[in-house]
Amino acid sequence: MNEKARSSETRRLMLTLRGTIPQIIAVLLAFLIGAIILLATGHSPIDAYVAVLKGAFGDVYGIGQTLTQATPIIFTALAFIFAFKCGLFNIGAEGQLLIGGFTAALAGIYFGDLPIYIHLPFALLVGATGGALWGFIPGILKAKLGAHEVITSMMLSYVALYITSYMVNYPFIAPPGWVAQTVPVAPSAELPRILSSTQLSASILIAIGMAAILTLVFNRTVLGYEVRAVGLNTAAAESNGINVKNTMIIAFIISGALAGLGGAGEILGVHRRFISGFSPGYGFDGLAVGLIGGLNPIGTIFAAILIGALRAGGMTMNTVTGVPIDIVSVLQGLVVLFVAAPKLITYLSKKGVALPRALKPLSNGVQTILSKIKRTSRKGGS
Amino acid sequence: MNTAVRMVNITKTFPGTVASDRVNLEVKKGEIHGLLGENGAGKTVLMNVLYGLYKPDQGQIFINDKEIRMDSSATAIKNGIGMVHQHFMLVPSLTVAENIVLGREPRKNMLLLDMEKIVKDIKETSREYGLEIDPKELVKNLPVGLQQRVEILKALYRGAQILILDEPTSVLTPQEVDSLFKAMKALREQGKSVIFITHKLKEVCAVCDRITVLKKGKVVGTVDANNTNPLELAAMMVGREISSTCKKENYQPGKCVLKVEKLQALNDRKLSALNDITFEVHESEILGIAGVEGNGQTELVEVLTGLRQTTSGKIILDGRSITNSSPHDRISMGISNVPEDRQKRGLILDFSVLENLILGYEDKPPFETGWFRLNLRKAASFSDELIQEYSIKTPSKETPARHLSGGTQQRVVLAREFSRKPKLIIASQPTRGLDIGATEYVHRKLAEMRDQGVAVLLISADLDEILALSDLIAILYEGKIVAIRECGKTNELELGLLMTGGNNE
Repeated sequence: MNEKARSSETRRLMLTLRGTIPQIIAVLLAFLIGAIILLATGHSPIDAYVAVLKGAFGDVYGIGQTLTQATPIIFTALAFIFAFKCGLFNIGAEGQLLIGGFTAALAGIYFGDLPIYIHLPFALLVGATGGALWGFIPGILKAKLGAHEVITSMMLSYVALYITSYMVNYPFIAPPGWVAQTVPVAPSAELPRILSSTQLSASILIAIGMAAILTLVFNRTVLGYEVRAVGLNTAAAESNGINVKNTMIIAFIISGALAGLGGAGEILGVHRRFISGFSPGYGFDGLAVGLIGGLNPIGTIFAAILIGALRAGGMTMNTVTGVPIDIVSVLQGLVVLFVAAPKLITYLSKKGVALPRALKPLSNGVQTILSKIKRTSRKGGS
Repeated sequence: MNTAVRMVNITKTFPGTVASDRVNLEVKKGEIHGLLGENGAGKTVLMNVLYGLYKPDQGQIFINDKEIRMDSSATAIKNGIGMVHQHFMLVPSLTVAENIVLGREPRKNMLLLDMEKIVKDIKETSREYGLEIDPKELVKNLPVGLQQRVEILKALYRGAQILILDEPTSVLTPQEVDSLFKAMKALREQGKSVIFITHKLKEVCAVCDRITVLKKGKVVGTVDANNTNPLELAAMMVGREISSTCKKENYQPGKCVLKVEKLQALNDRKLSALNDITFEVHESEILGIAGVEGNGQTELVEVLTGLRQTTSGKIILDGRSITNSSPHDRISMGISNVPEDRQKRGLILDFSVLENLILGYEDKPPFETGWFRLNLRKAASFSDELIQEYSIKTPSKETPARHLSGGTQQRVVLAREFSRKPKLIIASQPTRGLDIGATEYVHRKLAEMRDQGVAVLLISADLDEILALSDLIAILYEGKIVAIRECGKTNELELGLLMTGGNNE
């Protein structure tokens, strides 16, 4: 490595770091507004936030809860990002996660006589495949028929919800049949817990691994290059010999597989059986977290931990201070709002809040997203 | 006073470049002021500063001798400045009238849109300036020249006294250019000022009163149109001698590379666009396809590159039929493509120079190295070579293509396409929007490729370009090849007649 190459590496690192500043500011602003709301409703924001922090990071149990909550959201956020880089909106991570969880549960329940080093990877793989299949459907509908993926992937989520619900209420319901859940998976398909006395499973390690792999895929592989090319300029990609339709289908398959793997991790690591309604909307959280994380796989991990911490700490806050847990949803909404409100941030920065430069990339990023949304909706409309 | 615009000491820098360097510009009332310069000379940047789109680092702007802080285009519009961009900002599915009044719709009874008054007003204005148009037509049904009229009328409707036209002629046919010039002169008669950005010498001489020449962000000088000539302007613009035609070596074509037989295809509206097209391109030969735009050029290129289906006929490359091959396979078989719209089809503007230079090769060795891994080190050294060889003026290979000037962007495309060792190059309007220096470079490179034995298909609406480069000239008219001529055995008059459907047999 010569001097020049190293300095360009450093520069890239600096740029990446600077790119995170807007996200951090958006979070801080959200907490500021949240504090005002707390004050207005007669609560002490300091007490509430301290309780959240304590609940989320104060002890091993809290940390475990935070990370457990974060894990599935990392997967669904990665799923959102992958499709987005290809210029596609996968709004259906929820359905892919459910199908992935269900198929993984089946694979975990049966084949119980396999050794763990075969059974567990196999069950995870089946889960990913289930999600991939659920992602493939909107992908191929988009590529071959031009059906808008926002509609199809969203609607398929409901299909997945009711299919899995039916499955665990009827054919696969655990005896005696009082609760809509399957029998437990075989021990050889259980994803190990990695923090004693918490539900945190090795799924988070897989999530972090996937984030790292995606970073490599985007920057160092032909597939990542072609996915980005299609996302940024479909016409140029097509003219230069990239098979746009296939790339879109593949992007949707991988996106679905990531969400499916997240579902498999939840089932095999946390619940150890498929329970109807185990996801409180992880798929939709993934969209928000993908945005908060700056559409960057690594940033996603931190954004998911933030949301996980709010969820985990929210419980403690509720019991300690009596603040309703809904404030957590308010905070989450505010963060997304600030990340997605470029005009407001530009205005604030013009007013000379000491962050003008820092906020610029953020608003630019959001503008790109908005223009992309416009472009895809126009494409769908014509 | 009779000064409409005075820009003093305007400086605007972008990371890595000084786009405007202490520029002074004065435009009088009732004059057509030409702003002449090569691509990247800073013409558009300067006008974007005037129109409030860019904030200058320093300098002042006076409108009618009053200093104005141009902080947004709204301020500019309020001060009587109108701008017609190179890329139109119209709503295609609305009518002409609706587009013109967009944002300041006249109302009656507070709520209702007073469409009758609008239509009447527009008819009056358009007649006054010789910009006739049907206000009730949908914009998407209009040819480019008329869409431009809508833009001009929109600016006038908003009360523009100073009208900026950013390279308005680059998308027009010669007839449309004539009527644009007439309209510009009518505006001048009404005491309005027109700032005309261009890099075409003939045009500034034809229509301007005074001309300011920019070069590398600086003003070279402002001259009176009556006291100058194209040669002097060209010298000011480029600061060097230009050879206007490429020297043609003796014409010795090799074996047939591309053979097109009775090709037919439809356009986007499912109407016949190509009709029994038959021609051959040989090694060491440039076949120029001349014709007025819209006679099937775009469709022909799309069919040859695999982006559009044929309805009948054959395309044969090196003896093998590629009629139904994908764009990917055609690239692999040695077809290089310099597309008509480099920003839409040639480049991915948000990709870096490096990433753009491997576009279309990314899945082939040496860049793809097992396991679908992209070999970035190979790509980097490859980019360094090409940046050097094609003198691509970029701050670094990591710079997004978006930040490069038009000419530099085209160099990136050429570098990529020509370094592929192609058998056939399809170059479509390769110098559109480029300045003299960049045009000359593209021409020289195309000729070089021909001399190295490559077959070149050149599609251009610019007859000078066709004449300067082609060995053979085919004339495309209404989707048909109406004639093929050897370059030395024809002249502009004959070609002009053939292109416009005139018969001189």
